[in-house]
Amino acid sequence: MTLHEPTTPQFKQNAHEALRDENLQSALRGARNGFVGKRAAARAKLGEDEFDGLRDAARDLKNHVLANLADYLEAYEGKVTAAGGHVHWAETAEDAQNIVLDICRKAGAKTVNKGKTMISEECGINDHLAANGIKPVETDLGEYIIQLRGETPSHIIAPAVHVTVPQVREEFQKAHTHLPESRDLSGLDTLLSEARGVLREKYFQAEVGITGANMLIAETGQSVIVTNEGNGDLSQSLPRVHIVMASIEKIVPTLEDSSTILRVLGRSATGQDMSVYTTYSSGPRRAEDPDGPEEYHVVLLDNGRTNMLGTEFEEMLRCIRCGACMNHCPVYQTVGGHAYGWVYPGPMGAVLTPSLIGVEEGGHLPNASTFCGRCEDVCPMRIPLPKMMRHWREREFEKKLTPGAARYGLGLWAFFAKRPGLYRAGTRLGMAALRLLGRGRGRVSSLPLAGGWTATRDMPVPSGDTFMAQWKAKR
Amino acid sequence: MPRVALFVTCLVDMFRPTVGFATVKLLEDAGCTVEVPEAQTCCGQPAWNSGDRATAAEIAKQVIFAFEGYDYVVAPSGSCAGTIVKDYPQMLDGAWRKRAEALAAKTHEVTSFLVDVLGVEGVEADVPRLATYHDSCSGLRGLGVKAQPRKLLASAGTTLREMEEAEVCCGFGGTFCVKYPEISDSMVGDKTRNAADTGAEMLLAGDLGCLMNMAGKAQRDGRGLEVRHVVEVLAGMTDTPAIGEGSK
Ligand code: SF4
Repeated sequence: MTLHEPTTPQFKQNAHEALRDENLQSALRGARNGFVGKRAAARAKLGEDEFDGLRDAARDLKNHVLANLADYLEAYEGKVTAAGGHVHWAETAEDAQNIVLDICRKAGAKTVNKGKTMISEECGINDHLAANGIKPVETDLGEYIIQLRGETPSHIIAPAVHVTVPQVREEFQKAHTHLPESRDLSGLDTLLSEARGVLREKYFQAEVGITGANMLIAETGQSVIVTNEGNGDLSQSLPRVHIVMASIEKIVPTLEDSSTILRVLGRSATGQDMSVYTTYSSGPRRAEDPDGPEEYHVVLLDNGRTNMLGTEFEEMLRCIRCGACMNHCPVYQTVGGHAYGWVYPGPMGAVLTPSLIGVEEGGHLPNASTFCGRCEDVCPMRIPLPKMMRHWREREFEKKLTPGAARYGLGLWAFFAKRPGLYRAGTRLGMAALRLLGRGRGRVSSLPLAGGWTATRDMPVPSGDTFMAQWKAKR
Repeated sequence: MPRVALFVTCLVDMFRPTVGFATVKLLEDAGCTVEVPEAQTCCGQPAWNSGDRATAAEIAKQVIFAFEGYDYVVAPSGSCAGTIVKDYPQMLDGAWRKRAEALAAKTHEVTSFLVDVLGVEGVEADVPRLATYHDSCSGLRGLGVKAQPRKLLASAGTTLREMEEAEVCCGFGGTFCVKYPEISDSMVGDKTRNAADTGAEMLLAGDLGCLMNMAGKAQRDGRGLEVRHVVEVLAGMTDTPAIGEGSK
């Protein structure tokens, strides 16, 4: 199998390394306020009531779609076929790999250009193509940078957010050996124009272009892609064959509906009213068209999503991949996206990843949250992310996957919590002991059962007899 | 005179009884009769957030049974009040859900109760100190507690100097700080640095979990911050040692 093996089960180790990676920490610090401030400003500019009203409309729209998913997908397929395109249904990631490889082979492709697509990450398309002698070239600047570094994206809209500018410079020096070594790469603009120059040449070499889709429109059979670099347009209109990779929940009923989503998408993601490029494509070039691909394929991926329908995780399928939840998540901000160990990081990944790779593999993610609620607060689709993470914890608990020590501790606590008299006596005794450990200092610097805490923090000890005991004595 | 039941919260009961007494004082000063139901232990959050729905529901029933006979239920914690207000109705079905909803409707975090329900304009605490305030997540996002403690602090003569990212989680998160101590530590490190950077003497908040986390970190790093629950200041009870401090 050429799918990236998830490192999600080693989340703790990943996080440990991330916390010690100075480059990463500096990149994350840089990103943190940018995204948060820009979204807040965009929301304020539109007016909070209008913005939040749009969120309601977007949520309702997607709920309607999910309740009628099969109908809209069928209508969409009909439109694409009528326009001369082909729709392929991929039940699993492997199916998608085979479909894409097949199309590329038939097209005699040596090189495939790619606009940014998370679905192709989910399906491990790059590795699969490379293993079969076809060279995938990422055209999104961020994706290009991490491709040079041999990495996967660490964010769904800013794939290279974990890389610092000096690291990019170094990477370009290493990769672009055809350019003079003495060239000026000091500024962001020089880096950008060098990348642009290099990528421009690649646009004309590829036989096949693969893009993702932010939406699919049932009414018109169009797919919609948003970018800020225009690379989506170039990778889909220049090659002879265009493949759209999308997951089934990306469908919306009408053109009008797509604009509702676009209005919340840009603002939530980067604080833009709209992304710089919003491209609608439908089918191969027609006789009278001056350009466009000769073949148009859509690969529709399920990969576990239908299993989410009708469950407590259905609402997750409203997600439009704006990244606002991770931008605002203090855990994501602390450890970065790679720690999550699979395609989808942050709060959305904490819900989606266990759905797609199983809670046995992905169980850390819904646990590694303080339930601070910031993600739900900013999610344009009003997805109750913490609530769904809690549902995963319930599934784990039911399956007895919760670690033994935690189950035991919880059981002991519950035994007392349900018996107020015993609880009262027990807490008094326990707290007296703890107070003694503090020896008048008010805190301890090491506590056997809270070693994780006291490794870096003191632990305050009780400041007196329990409130309940004191209250009883007084009244 | 409204009959108010104090939900003291397990952490306050065990670690910081003064917060309970400060809450009682504030409520009595505002004209309430305060009672402390005997049968209370904890709101059940540890079970609820660990995925043990059955235990959480049992404890919720116990709390409903003990507290539903009062006019109001008040807790010195946005987190525990939030569990009763937001989560109990989700844990239970049928007749119990109705009772949970009824309890939720009369349960409040203490500063929000004073300002929003009783219409208290200010307290006479006279604590003219420089402080910074951490907005605990559940109170802030779950119950809309933001302006109320600030308004009351101003009336107590306390000046607030706002920190960067006051609304970002401190990394406590109940069992999170035990399950993922390294991530939690990094978060609380950011928090206490931001707090100390304001130059304030006191770091205040409305939830004991966050406070113990922040106090423990600030002390380990020698930040020189006096960490207190906001009600201690509002009740004028700042002569007791701060959280995690020994008696002088
Ligand atoms: S869960 Fe919400 S905030 Fe997160 S990426 Fe999806 S739509 Fe955006």
